[in-house]
Amino acid sequence: MSHADDDGSVIALWRSRLRRAIQGYDAVLSLPHRREIARELQDEEDLFMLLCFCDMMGIPNPVSDMTLELYPHMLERFHEWHQRQGMPRSPLDGFRCC
Amino acid sequence: MNAIWIALFGAVCFVMGYRFYSKFIAERIYRLDADFQTPAHTYRDGVDYVPTNKWILWGHHFTSVAGAAPIVGPAIAIYWGWLPAILWVVLGTVFAAGVHDFGAVVLSNRHKGHSIGTLANKLIGQRAKLLFLFIILILVLMVNAVFAWVIAKLFITFPASVLSVFIQIPLAVWIGYRVYRHSGSMLLPSVIALAVMYGAALLASEIPLLQIDLVSWFGGAEAPVVGGFNGTSMAFLVWIVVLMTYVYIASTLPVWKLLQPRDYINSHQLVVGLALLYLGLLFGAPEMTAPSVNGEADISWYPLLFITIACGAISGFHGLVASGTTSKQLDKETDARMVGYGGALGEGMLAMIAIIAVGTLFASGTDFTATYSSFSAAGSNGLGSFVKGAGQLAGNLGIPEHMGSTLVAVIVVSFAATTLDTAVRLMRYIIAELGNEYGMPVIARKHVATSIAVIASAALVILPEGPNGFGSGGYLLWPLFGTSNQLLAGITLMLVSVWLKRQGRPVVFTLVPMLFLLVMTLWAMGQQVIFTWSGFGDADRNLLLFTFGSLIMVFTLWILLEASRSFRQGDPAAQQQPLSSDESR
Repeated sequence: MSHADDDGSVIALWRSRLRRAIQGYDAVLSLPHRREIARELQDEEDLFMLLCFCDMMGIPNPVSDMTLELYPHMLERFHEWHQRQGMPRSPLDGFRCC
Repeated sequence: MNAIWIALFGAVCFVMGYRFYSKFIAERIYRLDADFQTPAHTYRDGVDYVPTNKWILWGHHFTSVAGAAPIVGPAIAIYWGWLPAILWVVLGTVFAAGVHDFGAVVLSNRHKGHSIGTLANKLIGQRAKLLFLFIILILVLMVNAVFAWVIAKLFITFPASVLSVFIQIPLAVWIGYRVYRHSGSMLLPSVIALAVMYGAALLASEIPLLQIDLVSWFGGAEAPVVGGFNGTSMAFLVWIVVLMTYVYIASTLPVWKLLQPRDYINSHQLVVGLALLYLGLLFGAPEMTAPSVNGEADISWYPLLFITIACGAISGFHGLVASGTTSKQLDKETDARMVGYGGALGEGMLAMIAIIAVGTLFASGTDFTATYSSFSAAGSNGLGSFVKGAGQLAGNLGIPEHMGSTLVAVIVVSFAATTLDTAVRLMRYIIAELGNEYGMPVIARKHVATSIAVIASAALVILPEGPNGFGSGGYLLWPLFGTSNQLLAGITLMLVSVWLKRQGRPVVFTLVPMLFLLVMTLWAMGQQVIFTWSGFGDADRNLLLFTFGSLIMVFTLWILLEASRSFRQGDPAAQQQPLSSDESR
């Protein structure tokens, strides 16, 4: 193997190490930021979930015809949501996700 | 003595402490179990409970706990000479802070990632939780007042730093919007923001027109301005009003708009600051010119040293971070050793370089004595000395000293501002929690709780009067801040001890630092409350400090009585529902 190949692989090795170091550094600094963004998104998700399912909780929903069409797509998210709310099993009879 | 030897001594002690003592604590006392399912896995929710790589978690924990406090305390405590300060930082970190931070992570990890306040409720009782909440409230109030004073003082002493600090606000808002709206990494924009800030600082240190020097705007330090205020007092008042208005806005905005991007930029500054100082030390190899022991001190080093250096040796605030966020992100229980104990070592390194920066600043011991002529002079001049000393260390890297000092002032102000932002926000939450607890929902509202927090903090920083009149008494709060911080650490160690005893394990390794800390802190506090602030004998009465000091003492003694009852008899509630070691399995 020539010196040029050796030099190239050494540079590639150091470049990948540097990239990993920068990614690690970014991950350290982003950790609290990611948490706050995730929390805000989760709050929005909870509100959206409430708007979709409000008629099942006794709150009239004038657009239930439209939100009803969303239910098959929301099965998984609904399951995550009720678990997050501290309910291990689905609280709604008409919506058995688990 | 050459300062490199001191840094080397500290580094060797820290490495030995990690290699041997923390290993012993991990294996024999906390008995870490690699197979234990951590709360991050059990309650994984993608927000708070997220298993995280131990190196990343260590970095996050360290950047969360490191701030201006491990700089200010050591810069004041060097008054008694660098030797007692270094010994307390090194031994305190290895035998107290490491065990404390590590213990807080483990205790919380074994109890579903609960915070120390909730654990006080579980392990001691409901009253203890409320007392704990009050002690934290007093601590954050002190933090707000002390750090507002630190920032105002640095703005007055180093006016070239002001522009750079204020430029950071629109830059942070820009980064926040950019990342939140368009996603992507904050790394590159924050590095650009940092470059702009440092560019502004360097320019301002060269061009007087860019320096926002309120004192000269008011006609000079001693010039009468209005209502008996001189130039310095008026500048101080204006800065406090500006800072409090800023923290009000910052703590009520959604975090992604200002606080998070600002914290991100400031985290770079921790790395820049540490690199600047340690490389400056390595290249310059300066001599320690401050005396190793100050034989002319007007007040004894014990017990005051142990509350003057809180963060950097041991700090209760770390327990709040360790149990509040860090423990919820442990991937494996065995990572707690590196994250908790290692985080404390990082803080110790910061405190050590602060001592070295001040200790190498002066041309001779006589110069040191002139600046540090009394304990109150040390309180007033300590921070300025650190900034100048750090500028001198940076000078060894080819940076002109005045520019180096401006950069370091920007870094310290940024640390203090981050702490101030967080503490006001935390205070708002505690006031809201107390409002809900005592059936006063009005004060739980966002703007009411924030107003209470900001007004109380502003009053506390403005009211104490120092020897140089209005605005010069902020340093008087430092011992109170140190005391409440140390008492919190003592209470956390106590909770860890109660848990260890219930597990049938040796408690001596947590109980001894706890007793040492509580005895020294209560001794120092009692001395100040009874013999100084009460107006006993010839001392000048200070009703404000007397009231706060007395409150902290009463709360602490009360919580200690509750804890000792629980320690001796075992909590009945806990006995009915034993807190087994595998609670969250």
